Amino acid sequence: MAAFLARRIAQGLAVVMLVATTVFFLIHAAPGDPFSASMENPGITEGVRAAWRHTYGLDQPIGEQYVHYVASVARGDLGFSFSLQRPVADALGSALPNTLLLMTVALAAGFFIGIVVAIAQVRRRGKPADHILGAISIFLFSVPDFWLAMLILVAFAYWLPLFPIGGSVDPVMHDMMGSGARALDRVRHIILPGLTLALLYFPLIARHQRAALLDAITADYITTGRAKGVSEAHLVNRHALRNALLPIVTILGVAFPALLTGAVFVENVFSWPGMGRLIVNAIGSRDYPLLTAAVLLGSMFVIVGSIGADVLYRALDPRLRDEL
Amino acid sequence: MTQPLLSVQNLSTYFHTETGVARSVDGVSFDIGEAETLGIVGESGCGKSVTALSILRLIQAPGRIEPGSRIEFEGKDLVTLGDSAMREIRGNRISMIFQEPMSALNPVFTVGDQVAEVGRVHGTGSRRDAWNHAVEMLALTGIPSPEERAKQYPHQLSGGMRQRVLIAMALMMKPALIIADEPTTALDVTIQAQILDLLTDLQKKLGTSILMITHDLGVIAETASRVLVMYGGEVVEEADVRVLFANAHHPYTEGLMNAMPQITHERERLNVIPGTVPPPTAWPSGCRFRDRCPYAWEKCEKEHPPLYQIGERHNSRCHLAVEPERRAHPHLPLVEQVGATL
Repeated sequence: MAAFLARRIAQGLAVVMLVATTVFFLIHAAPGDPFSASMENPGITEGVRAAWRHTYGLDQPIGEQYVHYVASVARGDLGFSFSLQRPVADALGSALPNTLLLMTVALAAGFFIGIVVAIAQVRRRGKPADHILGAISIFLFSVPDFWLAMLILVAFAYWLPLFPIGGSVDPVMHDMMGSGARALDRVRHIILPGLTLALLYFPLIARHQRAALLDAITADYITTGRAKGVSEAHLVNRHALRNALLPIVTILGVAFPALLTGAVFVENVFSWPGMGRLIVNAIGSRDYPLLTAAVLLGSMFVIVGSIGADVLYRALDPRLRDEL
Repeated sequence: MTQPLLSVQNLSTYFHTETGVARSVDGVSFDIGEAETLGIVGESGCGKSVTALSILRLIQAPGRIEPGSRIEFEGKDLVTLGDSAMREIRGNRISMIFQEPMSALNPVFTVGDQVAEVGRVHGTGSRRDAWNHAVEMLALTGIPSPEERAKQYPHQLSGGMRQRVLIAMALMMKPALIIADEPTTALDVTIQAQILDLLTDLQKKLGTSILMITHDLGVIAETASRVLVMYGGEVVEEADVRVLFANAHHPYTEGLMNAMPQITHERERLNVIPGTVPPPTAWPSGCRFRDRCPYAWEKCEKEHPPLYQIGERHNSRCHLAVEPERRAHPHLPLVEQVGATL
């Protein structure tokens, strides 16, 4: 296990470096630079722009810029964001916790609802409840995310004003609250975007989980269990589910990077100050340091997700533990 | 005769599929006495496994035990018993040993856990008690160092060991009846003999009755006291094991006997019964074996033979019972005749 982890982490680091390099050159190859937008302002002359480029080192050969970039990242310095006029680490530091929080809630709720719905469907396979849950899943799977987000926003923040309309905390009162009230304030703000994302994610999980469970339920060991006198509920919840979780772990590993990248449209509808908005804005403004840092972090999450999935596979299926 | 332990009367299990009704088991009756071993023999598709599964009501939709079937066991009719009462019988009073010891065990739980589960479902003791009992049972089936083996997963055990685990599982609650569905088919020949010896040993020790389902007459000869031969979802011959081997009556039984390789005869080819079992959605009219039978005549097409009594505790579903002289004139079975339509 230790050897396996060491090998996977070493591979992962190599991948992260490769990704960072590729992205660095790709984004510099894209037309325009952080100061292109200022060309619309006749008050800023070409000379001023040249001076700015010199200040940030953008007039140097690309190879040299790359060496500088790698050296500063190695020192732990992610650079300075042009568009936000603050250090990249600061910008990420304020957006990342919000996204981690929202996406953890959304993914956990989505996986939980998906697995519970699938179990309910398989327990009543072929009956009306199975078909109704299946139809709801298909519907939610097909609706556009921003549409569902707006519908939920209108329904629960406007028609039935139970929850705040956006943001991650109350912009005025939050800082004046006690710690208990602050926590409650955060919970109130996260419910609508969290619910929206959970509703968008669970159908995928439910459909895969249902298929995997239906596959497992026909296995010989289920007949053995039945012949032992084990109840149908226990056969599905214990014997079949444990075997049918492997495909879901695969999805979990793939979905893990979403913890970092967030969900752009839903974040926008709920004015959630997260990574999705940060990254989209960074692309638009050619904010090289912010963008490369975000991609660097993203590739790390991909690696962590895939190693995590492998570790979970081994925990769930003893047959994989003997493999390297 | 005393009250049998299990009495199956007119058992019919049909599968109602889109392509038609498959009459896999069609009016089967038999009794099993205390500490008796009854063998059911027949080739694939004859309905022997469906019979076994029907007794424990393990038939899944679209299969159904038809009205009119009775399965009496310890004073209850298992056909009409409620689901939870049925669960109390499964693994407890009647248990089952399956054919494929790898796929019959759940790959993600330890074998000890799976044996102990029977105790957790039916027993009254703690989890710890169930585990200890499971280890005892593994020891009883001759698994060396059972404490360590119990903590292993199915893939870490050999086929023979896994079959011992299934036997330990079946014995946990000291059931009155064990149904063994081809328990040795997936095993090496040497291991087969060990497992059969183990089963007969344990039966003597515990006084359990066994229903032995197999396609292998050798297994029947080694274990059973009475034999049922099944063909086309029906019992075609039943007799005590010695009588059957000495005096097989039904042409199908005769064919099965001839198909067994004999060490005393030098043969270039194995004897086979020509043709295959017809699909259970379309049994032939009259005798279901007639297309493959070397003695069949017009009566076999017109009249479905009843189970004729031909000796003491010996019945055969063949019209030869009333016209025995026809046995002297075998012919090519219909399936082998040129231009025959099947």
